[in-house]
Amino acid sequence: MKNKIYELVLISFTLAIAIATSIIAVFALNGPMFEVILPGNQIFGQIPLRIDALSAWMILIINFTFVTGVLYGTGYLRHYHDKPKNIRIHQLLFVILHISMILVCSVQNFIAFLIVWEIMAGSAFLLIIFESWNKSTVKAGLNYFIQSHVGILFIMISFIWVIVQTGSMDFNAIRTFSEHVPNPVSITLFFLLFIGFGFKAGFVPFHTWLPYAHPAAPAHISGMMSGVIIKLGIFGILRMLLLIKSSYLVIGEIILFVSIISGLYGVILAIVQHNLKKLLAYHSIENIGIIGIGIGIGSIGLGLHNDFLAIAGFAGGLLHMLNHSLFKSLLFYSAGSVYQQTGTLDVEKLGGLIKKMPHTAGLFLIAALAICGLPPLNGFISEFLIFSGLFAGLKSDSFSFSLFILTAIAALVTIGGLAIICFTKAFGVVFLGTERERFHTEPKEVPFLMLFPKYMVAFMIVSIGIFPQFFLWLLKNPVSLFVPNILNNSNGYFINQVAILSKIGMIGILILSLIFIVYGIKKYFEKTKVVTVSSTWGCGYVVPNPKMQYTASSFVKTYSNLIEPILSMHKSDVVLDQVFPGQKEYSSHNYDKLEFYLIDKNLKWLRKILLKLNFLQNGHIHFYILYGLFFIMLMILVSYGEYLWELLMNFLRLF
Amino acid sequence: MNIIFILIVSLFFTGLVNRTKSIFSGRKGPGILQPIKDIVRLLKKGSVYSSASSFIFQIAPAVYFSTVFIAALFIPFGENPGLISFQFDFVLFAYLLALGKFFNVISALDTGSSFEGMGASREVLYSMLAEPAFFITIGSLGLLSGYSSFSRIFSSIHYSASGSPVIAYSLGILASIVFLFLGLIENSRVPVDDPKTHLELTMIHEVMILDNSGFDLGLILYTGILKFALYGALIANLFFLNTAYIIINVLIFFSFQILFALTVGLVESLMARFRMNQNPQVILMLSSVSLLIFLGVMIITGKI
Repeated sequence: MKNKIYELVLISFTLAIAIATSIIAVFALNGPMFEVILPGNQIFGQIPLRIDALSAWMILIINFTFVTGVLYGTGYLRHYHDKPKNIRIHQLLFVILHISMILVCSVQNFIAFLIVWEIMAGSAFLLIIFESWNKSTVKAGLNYFIQSHVGILFIMISFIWVIVQTGSMDFNAIRTFSEHVPNPVSITLFFLLFIGFGFKAGFVPFHTWLPYAHPAAPAHISGMMSGVIIKLGIFGILRMLLLIKSSYLVIGEIILFVSIISGLYGVILAIVQHNLKKLLAYHSIENIGIIGIGIGIGSIGLGLHNDFLAIAGFAGGLLHMLNHSLFKSLLFYSAGSVYQQTGTLDVEKLGGLIKKMPHTAGLFLIAALAICGLPPLNGFISEFLIFSGLFAGLKSDSFSFSLFILTAIAALVTIGGLAIICFTKAFGVVFLGTERERFHTEPKEVPFLMLFPKYMVAFMIVSIGIFPQFFLWLLKNPVSLFVPNILNNSNGYFINQVAILSKIGMIGILILSLIFIVYGIKKYFEKTKVVTVSSTWGCGYVVPNPKMQYTASSFVKTYSNLIEPILSMHKSDVVLDQVFPGQKEYSSHNYDKLEFYLIDKNLKWLRKILLKLNFLQNGHIHFYILYGLFFIMLMILVSYGEYLWELLMNFLRLF
Repeated sequence: MNIIFILIVSLFFTGLVNRTKSIFSGRKGPGILQPIKDIVRLLKKGSVYSSASSFIFQIAPAVYFSTVFIAALFIPFGENPGLISFQFDFVLFAYLLALGKFFNVISALDTGSSFEGMGASREVLYSMLAEPAFFITIGSLGLLSGYSSFSRIFSSIHYSASGSPVIAYSLGILASIVFLFLGLIENSRVPVDDPKTHLELTMIHEVMILDNSGFDLGLILYTGILKFALYGALIANLFFLNTAYIIINVLIFFSFQILFALTVGLVESLMARFRMNQNPQVILMLSSVSLLIFLGVMIITGKI
């Protein structure tokens, strides 16, 4: 009873925050910027809260995901009813995360931004380690926490740089600063920020925390992390792109390059994963890559003053942000339902769940089709926009640039193809066929509270797929922040795209109706005929066994042989030494090669150096007090030294 | 209009392929309409469903057929655009085919058979590898013509108009090689797959549909032929003449389709299937051919 009240309070709180901020956001999305300037104090300076169309778009995405997340999460956490304290803290942190994320989108003061960013990162960390009784969960959470702080360090350095140079705490200082420095300097500033926000977004090579944090977190938190938290990284990059006045062409090309690598690398590794949530985590990296390709093309368009490129790129990227938040949260929620019913996420142990959990299976299928970018669902719409930008970008004057864009096209197509391999595997092995292992309790469909939010998301996915023109129309203001006057422009690219998308929506309806007609004809034909149900054709073999099904590893075997140089596979060799060999074991697992070279190797020598300093950490309190004293003395000496230096200088100037 | 032509071609396409093969192996062979008669017979039959399968297995053939049918509506006929035509329509065209493929693959996995899983695994990988070639080819042709939809691209490729007709014509031939191979891969024919093989372990497409029967099987077989005719129509579109008499283009269309069918039959009679582990290389070769087209376009447009 008491738990019920807490649940209701949490849901109504989240709804209240969501509705209140959405109202502001809807106004800001359609009209002028919403701006409040808080007085602040000596240290902060004024704290402007600005919600422009871009923030509004992000806030709406955040709110939708939080509403579905809180509903699903409430159902999900009921499973842990024996740990009421953990749940209570979790619920509190959930609200804090929600508020801090909305503030991240609106605060435009350097210090205040860093503080809300930190609250967001910290509360997300605590939400991830909900299952803190598992050592691996805490480890994964810490991995996230540390990498998130490395990212913050980069953001902080670039903010301090701007503050020192301009003396202003307002975000607009970035604009004034970048206008007055040569291009290489402003590009350097952008890339410091890009790295900082890239850690949050999960661009390769800053992605290594994602595959650990997502599987460790509870399903609704994974859904929200993948859906919106990593999008804040993208949001940060977009915000900086709006502020920095620099050579957009160079910036765009580098974003495009990093994104192609992220997209390909993410999906290449996703296919060989056998943990369902880890697979989805790698797909987040891939989708960040796709969003990045859109943004990259957009800024190249800005650099070339090619409005079509800019509109297609930014609209595609922004729409893919929404789309990815929808289908990825749906996938994580479904994976969470599977986990709750079976107790495992290992795809090799699952199978045939479509008969036990038909709703979950159907929803997973919708999300899987959407993430592969297949029509008539939402993923296709944003990828189509990005594709049209890329194909338009081919028509350039320089050969090398055309070749670069061609590489991007080939990469995006390959990403789509690989995603299809990955999700035919994931859906096919988990939900189809017959069950591979028996569980203690028979899996059954999850309760309504967990299904309803998933249907909400699925509804959005389908409606974006069928009525894409409305959603592109909503993007008119966010896109026009980058490309001014897109509606009144004489070339009318934006209006044209809206018209094309409405055609695509019509074709979507056409496909669905044709499928139903053909299916209906088939049912009609079969009515009068004999329809029998029999076992699967076993090629003459009559005692089939679930173990004989094709497994996930064998499904991707041809593929993994092909890309083995990119993976780092660890295989145990089996030597057959006798005529009648006894029982043998074989195991193989793969590891992220980039993680090995960039993180693990460097950590090793870092540890070696830091171990040398271990004597400092000796556990005696008086030593620590001494360190503090040393530090204070150092500070005094430095300022004193500075004073002496000045004296010396003044003295020298006398001559 | 073009959809009608494609449907007509689909009536005799596989029959023609089979007839070519039979003549080459010294047999008389079945009539040209035999495959369609077989399909009609299948459509009238009852079905057997696997007890392991679910709703997916039942709806997949309908999805497969619908996607290919709608994709056929995109194909232009010379100057006349297809029923559906807009900027960058070829992206939707390719993704529609991918949607059909997706359902085909998961319906194979739905039966829980080890053979069908194997076929599914191969089919999905090969068609993924073939995908970039299509996009690069179409993108290059779009660059050459300066347009970005199927109909505009095809209708404005006037080879003689551009500066170097030799390169331009060779581009047309290269592009038709790409489409020919795509047709072979998408339909799982020799040299990538052999529909006449009788060992499940060596099949790709055929093994995926082992459990389909009756109406479903008929639908899948017909969709395969339709897909062939679709690629044939793409090839024919490369060679249409800019003439006022539409009958000439109709003749060109049908003769190219027949030529396409004969080529498929010839390839199947004269070649053996590649070894399974060589298939990826063969398919990736296609991407390099399409890169050649891109380079050719770059030369014509004077960028290198």
